[in-house]
Amino acid sequence: FFFLLPTMPREARPFSKFVEIGRVCFINYGPLYGKLCVVLDVIDNNRAWVDGPGIERQQLNFKRIALTKFVIDITRGAKQKNVKKAWADANIDDKWAQTSWAKRLAQREARASLNDFERFQVMIARKRRSALVKKNVRQLKAQ
Amino acid sequence: FREYQVIGRLKPTADITTPTMYRMRIFAPNEVVAKSRFWYFLSKYHKMKKTTGEILAVNEIYEKKPNVVKNYAAFVRYDSRSGTHNLYKEYRDTTRVGAVNQLYLDMAGRHRVRTRSVQIIDVKEIASKDCRRAYVTEFHDNNIRFPLPHRVQRTSEKRYQRRFRPARPNTTW
Repeated sequence: FFFLLPTMPREARPFSKFVEIGRVCFINYGPLYGKLCVVLDVIDNNRAWVDGPGIERQQLNFKRIALTKFVIDITRGAKQKNVKKAWADANIDDKWAQTSWAKRLAQREARASLNDFERFQVMIARKRRSALVKKNVRQLKAQ
Repeated sequence: FREYQVIGRLKPTADITTPTMYRMRIFAPNEVVAKSRFWYFLSKYHKMKKTTGEILAVNEIYEKKPNVVKNYAAFVRYDSRSGTHNLYKEYRDTTRVGAVNQLYLDMAGRHRVRTRSVQIIDVKEIASKDCRRAYVTEFHDNNIRFPLPHRVQRTSEKRYQRRFRPARPNTTW
């Protein structure tokens, strides 16, 4: 069965990310967009009680949350200092920054915050790269 | 909604210099409505009304432990189109006020009852073992774990919404 998994359509694969106590989530809507949080407790089928670095403890609707693959080791409704400790022990900040999800977000942010000179530099760099690529392609075609 | 403590009594007269004071906990959006609802209920219980009485205090009541998820039991009396009935409902929330908000929305959605037709008899926090409703007890699990199946995509800001997109949405993420 497991060898079939990558060939299965995405809709048919078994669930891999669950809402559970300790699940690290990415907030993808609202004023807290972009922050990470951890599920401390489930209030009902729509809301979680959530805490995270840089955010207050609060209710968040699951619609505002995207589950990440990380889970930290905390008990239900854990105290803030225990959450901080579990977060640091699991090294979530580093692990998150290494995921391609976070890298893509950082890249988008970097691109959006370029000033005019930096955009010019990017244009020149792209031209240089494309010239190199074309040169290599020409050489390979000649062989 | 907010929760207010409203204390009122009849105006003191020559024969009754210290009338009995009555206290109610009222859920209202503001103090003005709280005072109004206080008189609405008090005049049903006692021979008192706004003109014959005075309000001594209106204080907002805040949640003692807003950081803990609790189970609330609500006893409600409401007027439907064909009569008045009692209801017992349970809600999970972190604050009394949150539970009452849910209650009003729930009553509106399920019974088409307007806020004015709902009288909250009691809202109290109950222990998990005393909860009677399955939709609340199903969350009484220390190892609760469930996926979010068939998720609908939503852009992070309304201005990124598009009417047409080149690809069908992905519902597993």
